[in-house]
Amino acid sequence: FRAVPDDGGLVDADEDKDIKTEASNDSWGNNNANDGRLLSPSPGSSASAGSNKSAAGASEEQQTLLAVLQFLRKNKLTESVEILRREAGLPEDSLEPKGAESSGAGSGGASGGVDLEGGDASSLLTAGEDQPDVNVVLSAYSQQGDPALYEVYYSGLKRFIESVLDCHRAELSQVFYPLFVHMYLELVYNNHESEAKAFFEKFSGDQECYYEDDLRVLSSLTKKEHMRGNETLLDFRTSKFVLRISRDSYQLLKRHLQERQNNQIWNIIQEHLYIDIFDGMPRSKSQIDAMSGSLAGEAKREANKAKVYYGLLKEPEIELPLDDEDEEAENEEGKPKKKKPKKDSLGSKSKKQDPNAPSQNRIPLPELKDSDKLDKIMYMKEATKRIRLGPDNLPSICFYSFLNAYQGLTAVDFTDDSSLIAGGFADSTVRVWSVTPKKLRKVKSAADLNLIDKESDDVLERIMDEKTASESKILCGHSGPVYGISFSPDRNYLLSSSEDGTVRLWSLQTFTCLVGYKGHNYPVWDTQFSPHGYYFVSGGHDRVARLWATDHYQPLRMFSGHLADVTCTRFHPNSNYVATGSSDRTIRLWDVLNGNCVRIFTGHKGPIHALAFSPNGKFLASGATDGRVLLWDIGHGLMVGELKGHTDTIYSLRFSRDGEILASGSMDNTVRLWDATKAFDDLETDDFTAATGHIHLQDNSQELLLGTYMTKSTPVIHLHFTRRNLLLAAGAYNP
Amino acid sequence: MADREERRFAEISRESVKFMAESTGVELGDDVAGLLAEDVCYRLREATQSSSQFMRHAKRRKLTVEDFNRALHWSNVEAICGYGAQDTLPFRSAKEGELFFIEDRDINLVELALATNIPKGCAETMVRVNVSYMDGKGNLEPQGTVPSAVQSLSDDLLKYYQQITRAILGEDPHLMKVALLDLQSNAKIAALLPYFVYVISGVKSVSHDLEQLNRLLHMVKSLVQNPYLYLGSYIRSLVSSVMYCILEPLAASINPLNDHWTLRDYAALLLSHIFWTHGDLVSGLYHQILVSLQKVLSDPVRPLCSHYGAVVGLHALGWKAVERVLFPHLPAYWANLQAVLDDYSVSNAQVKADGHKVYGAILVAVERLLKMKALSLSQQSDGGSSGQTGFAGGSICYRVSSPGLSPPPEPLSEATLGIASHLQAGGAGCPLEEWTPVPLPAMYCELYSFFGDSLAVRFSTGPGFSSYSALKSSQLSDARKEPPGPTSNPDTTRKMPQLTANLNISPRHDGSPRTDPTPPSLAATGSGRSLTRSCSSSSSVQRSRSSSRSGQRSAGLSRDVFPKARFTSSQTGPPAFSFLIGGRQMGLRCQGRRPFQTNFAPTPPLSAVPPRAYAHKLPVIGRVGKPVRRWACSHYSLHLPL
Repeated sequence: FRAVPDDGGLVDADEDKDIKTEASNDSWGNNNANDGRLLSPSPGSSASAGSNKSAAGASEEQQTLLAVLQFLRKNKLTESVEILRREAGLPEDSLEPKGAESSGAGSGGASGGVDLEGGDASSLLTAGEDQPDVNVVLSAYSQQGDPALYEVYYSGLKRFIESVLDCHRAELSQVFYPLFVHMYLELVYNNHESEAKAFFEKFSGDQECYYEDDLRVLSSLTKKEHMRGNETLLDFRTSKFVLRISRDSYQLLKRHLQERQNNQIWNIIQEHLYIDIFDGMPRSKSQIDAMSGSLAGEAKREANKAKVYYGLLKEPEIELPLDDEDEEAENEEGKPKKKKPKKDSLGSKSKKQDPNAPSQNRIPLPELKDSDKLDKIMYMKEATKRIRLGPDNLPSICFYSFLNAYQGLTAVDFTDDSSLIAGGFADSTVRVWSVTPKKLRKVKSAADLNLIDKESDDVLERIMDEKTASESKILCGHSGPVYGISFSPDRNYLLSSSEDGTVRLWSLQTFTCLVGYKGHNYPVWDTQFSPHGYYFVSGGHDRVARLWATDHYQPLRMFSGHLADVTCTRFHPNSNYVATGSSDRTIRLWDVLNGNCVRIFTGHKGPIHALAFSPNGKFLASGATDGRVLLWDIGHGLMVGELKGHTDTIYSLRFSRDGEILASGSMDNTVRLWDATKAFDDLETDDFTAATGHIHLQDNSQELLLGTYMTKSTPVIHLHFTRRNLLLAAGAYNP
Repeated sequence: MADREERRFAEISRESVKFMAESTGVELGDDVAGLLAEDVCYRLREATQSSSQFMRHAKRRKLTVEDFNRALHWSNVEAICGYGAQDTLPFRSAKEGELFFIEDRDINLVELALATNIPKGCAETMVRVNVSYMDGKGNLEPQGTVPSAVQSLSDDLLKYYQQITRAILGEDPHLMKVALLDLQSNAKIAALLPYFVYVISGVKSVSHDLEQLNRLLHMVKSLVQNPYLYLGSYIRSLVSSVMYCILEPLAASINPLNDHWTLRDYAALLLSHIFWTHGDLVSGLYHQILVSLQKVLSDPVRPLCSHYGAVVGLHALGWKAVERVLFPHLPAYWANLQAVLDDYSVSNAQVKADGHKVYGAILVAVERLLKMKALSLSQQSDGGSSGQTGFAGGSICYRVSSPGLSPPPEPLSEATLGIASHLQAGGAGCPLEEWTPVPLPAMYCELYSFFGDSLAVRFSTGPGFSSYSALKSSQLSDARKEPPGPTSNPDTTRKMPQLTANLNISPRHDGSPRTDPTPPSLAATGSGRSLTRSCSSSSSVQRSRSSSRSGQRSAGLSRDVFPKARFTSSQTGPPAFSFLIGGRQMGLRCQGRRPFQTNFAPTPPLSAVPPRAYAHKLPVIGRVGKPVRRWACSHYSLHLPL
């Protein structure tokens, strides 16, 4: 089920175990506390290590279930145990033989929701992981070597790597950074403060510049006491740093270390690093640089092997009324005849089931209401008037400037039909504006509603209170800055996520708060409605993304696996997947159905703040503080493009309605348009890269850049294409 | 090591920790303080790290106190009371020692509570939309004054273009001056010429805004004067823009308070300047201009301000142009003008005032025509030279004496060639009406029949000729200098008032404010007036008696062209002699409206009234009494070298 280095007998046993737990960490970020056992050298997993080397996912799955059951039982959640057991179809006694004792997992892990007293911002879930022990984690560093020799070892390795053939040097150089960090931490842990400082001083300059931020954190850490409760450190320790190295290079390194009896380094490599060995040509420096940069190295290849149904769902068949009203009236009696060919011509496109699409009912989706159908019809009508964009036909751009936003604009969203705009502000308010002449009105009070003639045709109009009509409404309720905001597709609801740890659902009929979803106990950075409504996703400082349904006050799924804050969340157009960007500089794609992480994308060199799916669902674009936009092929799990040009954080990305143009908005006060068609065309046919995952990116940002558009000292924090492909941008004017 | 860290992080020293402990009454050992200090530093760094996250998510670049407080909050540290402002806090250093502190002023709450000027809440947050980029090809400037083609220019040029246009069309007069000066001397802007020409062609869209028109004209002038620019065929576009200002019934003219007359004068000046300096760039330009001026003049439907423009345009183009176009047209035109002037109905008041303007302009033009013709004749006879030299001489003299003209920076010979060649070209294939030179006496007689004595007064130029020749040489040698002595010489003034007036024709008077943003004619008006005053006072001794007497005598005998006048009833002395001066002044001012004004000039309080506004109020034009004419006639006959 993975590529195991078949020669290193020395490595095997150890590595095997670690890899297993890792794999489960990544792919089983399931609903329940997936990994109480992650860090525990659990008997379960080690017992399985021998047996399931050849056995595939099935038994592993069972292992996981058993572990979960064990966890639940230990916490006396007998009911849950029963339910889970029944659902999984496990025999009653299945727990007994295997689930012996997971004593290694510190006793504290139980009470999932309790905060760590150290105040480090882990979620209840990750708390479950971490709690077992900072001590256990750190104790891994307790091995005593001669502190003076660390420098010798490191520079010895450095000399060796610098002397190897060019083709191997780039690959082996990847070892430097994780090695450096771990050696430094070992020194610090063992109270060799001055040696640690000297070590840092001497070698920190050699590291790749994109690790600068992490190094800064590291350098501020000089005492053993500091290590406790430092997130970055824990991240580094709890997740193995993943390197991809070709077999030849790996052999070279191993031979060298064994020859030199350099156990210190060898131990670190074995304990803290995961080396993903592949057969074939070593990668070049640029290939490596393109993929590295994340907090925990690259993604393992098997992490991106799962099948993703990226196709679009079939559009529901809606009888499109004839454009010509008169014609319809004429053919009143001949209606059925008239309709049929119409339906066919319309449905012919959507009838063909996309082989890559998930089945229509893979996840339950809400049924369409009449009003939704009407809206779909409107959408289709508008779509016929859509402007076809292209390099020669760029969209017009309208800029929505927020004036007098002294309180700080932190989030913006448009409705899909561009009739409403909402802003989240740092003063905890949410404001909604109507951008059409139609004013915003509340529904009348209950007493007044009783007086209305409910049979009348215009009842929907009558329920609105004309006295409340205004251009904008303010929604108060949060107790911290509002960082994320999202309209529901039917325009009846608005979601907002805030620093106060809640997500709130607002009604746009009454302009009141309907629900406060509590679950994230830390700031919630982003939230978004599913394109089909009903579901929404949120992600925050607790490193977990959660899937909710509007009528459940508890999350349906929790997507855990990110090593740092989840900074942005986006739904796939078919609602079956969720993409999350994080400050661990990775992007993960999660399956809504089972909560699995199906893709991990690495390559960004800074926290990711913007994500966008292409309208056909095949591609993902991501923007980060490093000012680059990266393009990903979801089906193959590959990076397919890099768009350089922005000079500051990218806060918004959006594909045009037909996916020909990608618009990016940034803190550097510009909107840039990119030729998405060309960017995706160039790479789609390359089979070799698909097989190996080694990408060659040509530097063609300049060719793909179609235009750069300045604002008047206004950071662009949101972009939106109207149904006719007019580009709307929004931001607060800050002189 | 420690140094490096100090550079990298803020540190809290052991001493500070000790001090703080002491302030709360705790005694700390060195070790403890050291450890504490180190830990505090680490915690600070950690909090700073995590606070940056809040900044990023608030989509800001500036880390605020609030961000830091939030970071503290989420790491279970009690929030620090105090500032939560978004602005940066003032950070002061104490004079003694290296001590820095945040200024924390005491606030007088009583004062605040009792304050009457309660601060208003900040304006409401709102969303405004504007179309920034149409079809992806937007204008880099949101106002949309830049043609999209400009984008193909290099960044530097583009920036220069934007700055210059902004400065010239902007509010700041000083900035405009600088921009115009640079435009006049910058050697590297050839690539921008089409765009500037484009901007200037915008005159048609701002015809309601005299100020903008004026600025655009100044821009033309700067471009024309830039010695590094080859205007080429763009001259045609520039000329058409200028002609627009001269001839069109601008939207701004509707309001009588708008001084569009000055604009027309200035545009006419500019036209002649362009023509003098760049007339050779486009063949037949002179001819074309003449045709279009003639067309306007002969079109009775056109408003009087257009006619005025045509007249000043012709005048600016030189006496030859006046002779060829205006003079033959005069009989036909006169009828129209007189009809206007004779209409005393209230509704016609404004039109009539305009009519007076035209009258004045014609008067000035034909007067110079007479003078120059006389001069050329005399030179011809003096030197016995050919017609060609006569032309050249004439044009030089014209340049010297033409009041409104600022001499071009190019060598005079070039300009002379320019006009000469054009005149020849025009003469060769002349679609203008048949034009046969009218001998001077005949011309004079004809003109005299129109204008009467107001014409005669300025033709009293016996001594003037000598002064012209003197002037001519001096100006040829140094075109930029003020005219020599006689102007300011009080003795001459007193002895020979007429001569003084003639000398005031000095072109420098009008040309001097060339870099001055205010139109030259305005500036010149001021000087002319003051000079008038000195003249009148000095000459009053000599003439007051006779002229006032003649004024009285002529009371009932005014010419039928200008039949009525309040002046006749107000039988005061001073106005009478003011005619004389007015007459002379007309010469020096080259502005037809001058005499109407100088009628009243002698009374001191009137000087305070802005001349133009006054002119508009005046229902009457110059009182030209017959007695004066008689006197002037005799005077004239004495001096006319016929």
